Amino acid sequence: MFEGLFHALRRHGVPVALDEWLTLQRALDAGLAGSSLAGFYLAARAVTVKSEAHFDAYDTAFVEYFAGLEASGPDVDDRVLEWLREHPDALGVSPEQRARLDAMLSHLDLDELRRRFDERLRHQTEAHHGGDRHIGTGGTSGMGHSGAPTGGIRVGGPGRHRTAVQVAGSRAWREYRQDATLGVREFGTALRRLRRLSSRLDGPADELDVDATIDATANAGGALDLVFRRPRRNSVRLVLLLDVGGSMDDHVHLVDQLFSALHQTSRFRELTVRYFHNCVYDLLYHDADMDRSRTDSTRALLGSLTSEHMLVVVGDACMGPSELALPGGCIDWHTYNEEPGWVWLERVRARFTHCAWLNPVPEVWWQHTHGARTLQAVRRLFPMYELSLAGLDQAVDHLMTRAA
Amino acid sequence: MHDARPFEGTDSYIAGEDLRTSVNVAIALERPLLVRGEPGTGKTLLAEAVAESLGTDLLVWSVRSTTKAQDGLYVYDTVQRLYDSQFGDGDPSDIRRYIRMGVLGQAFQADRRVVVVIDEVDKADIEFPNDLLWELDRMSFHIPETGDTVTAATRPVVIITSNAEKELPDAFLRRCVFHYIAFPHPEQMAEIVRVHHPGLDERLLTAAVEAFYVLRRMDALAKRPSTSELVDWVQALVVGGIPPERVLEEMPFLGVVLKKPQDLDAARRAMAVGGNGTFR
Repeated sequence: MFEGLFHALRRHGVPVALDEWLTLQRALDAGLAGSSLAGFYLAARAVTVKSEAHFDAYDTAFVEYFAGLEASGPDVDDRVLEWLREHPDALGVSPEQRARLDAMLSHLDLDELRRRFDERLRHQTEAHHGGDRHIGTGGTSGMGHSGAPTGGIRVGGPGRHRTAVQVAGSRAWREYRQDATLGVREFGTALRRLRRLSSRLDGPADELDVDATIDATANAGGALDLVFRRPRRNSVRLVLLLDVGGSMDDHVHLVDQLFSALHQTSRFRELTVRYFHNCVYDLLYHDADMDRSRTDSTRALLGSLTSEHMLVVVGDACMGPSELALPGGCIDWHTYNEEPGWVWLERVRARFTHCAWLNPVPEVWWQHTHGARTLQAVRRLFPMYELSLAGLDQAVDHLMTRAA
Repeated sequence: MHDARPFEGTDSYIAGEDLRTSVNVAIALERPLLVRGEPGTGKTLLAEAVAESLGTDLLVWSVRSTTKAQDGLYVYDTVQRLYDSQFGDGDPSDIRRYIRMGVLGQAFQADRRVVVVIDEVDKADIEFPNDLLWELDRMSFHIPETGDTVTAATRPVVIITSNAEKELPDAFLRRCVFHYIAFPHPEQMAEIVRVHHPGLDERLLTAAVEAFYVLRRMDALAKRPSTSELVDWVQALVVGGIPPERVLEEMPFLGVVLKKPQDLDAARRAMAVGGNGTFR
């Protein structure tokens, strides 16, 4: 039932899958919606929506679907049936899914389904003795699915019916929307490969070394001699330089995703994050808001590096040529760089054996984007990859081969 | 199918209609309930309340960054077995003696339905939830060392909490019933504080709750205070004998509510700039 809601949810970007939809049908069969639209609203949300970020989209879809039914009043029976007739393939299921669906529905075919639906609706009309004040036909006809087996279709009255739509309509979850979080996990999985395991790091030796234990025990003539070792940990230290502000504002979502992914997978031995604007000069900022009181000297950072450090720069490399080429070319008028940006970039590049530059500008635009000249120059210096899942994969590959 | 509406909240845990529905849907469908929300919204307490309300035991599996899925099923204590074989304290030929059940293992073996909470699942490795998919689906796992299969006689109620720090895998999410605990409204918050501090002066409560939401609304906060901070703060105000009218004006014991130095500074600056009136 409620396929329309399913499609409305998908249309509004709630990633509800057929599995979840079938789970919802089970919940309805079990009477969990409590025979009211308010109950249905909550139960369906618990089953189909898996992130508070999608609650708002759920509300929107819910209102769209049920407000339509509500407004149409008693005509809804015909409308739903007609809709079913017109869209025999409405669910758009594959044969395989269809088979599973059939199994779940005890091999009901569409005609049988429709016949039962009909029957149920008829039953309902009788039960209500045509009580036309029960506007909730839309709700109850659906509720009939959950309540009909026991005949217990209690209509909580129009008030209750409207409640759920009103609750949904108030869109209380709007501020929880975060369309940006998609893809964080994918980035995280790609970044997991960025590791060099080593047991030479600090930490307690609390892992049983089976081979060494066998050797030691054999050497001791069979007297048990346990040997422990330090667990292997990731020895990679990562320096992340992020370009912020200006032309990077367009890419803020993408960079956010990468950033969250880096933090989540933070199995790195060390993660240093610094910010710059357009090009690296003598100072690096601690925060993305580029507070000038919280900076590091670039030289000091470069001086503190070990061979385990890898560099990832995230930036579009699109800037005025003067920012690369001239002393004092820095875009911030209140800072003056003695040496041109290019010298700084070369200096940074020379300090790392493993480095990659991630560019949020899609690779196909690299020749033509407004900063193509500087982009091409930077690209000659740093191995550059597109900031996308595929690009990140390549970048990690590159970092790891260099590391080998 | 189990009884309808088994969970109604408890005396000390107030559950809204939405939370009750989510819990009951999860119980009836025998799906894990994934609970997310800001820290301090009572996610772990929920599991306790569910166990209390169902009149059963609660098993807690606190997840840490080093936790592996295997830990929750069983641990094979090889070292103990080696020792026993050496020193003859026990019978090392019986491997079963060295299989220690983890939290899920215990829950599967329990003779009645228990509640399991997998607390802060997002703290573990990114693959951790995937590693538990099969076990949570089938409520069963195999022990290769002994050839035994542990299967739950009665499926436990599984509650999983997450601070939303990590994205959980889709396959895992699809199997869960999801509930997001929203931050309580002032009225709900007052109700919660009353539960923790019975017999509290209503005027003090109103003032503290109002001041608390003023603080929470500040934009500049690095860490927004949560329920537990308010409960502690009220305690401090009571112990300090602060009269209600001074709470909003002076915000005494602010360090109980705001934990970060920069947040304290921001709050004090806001108070200093506008005086008491505009701080509201």
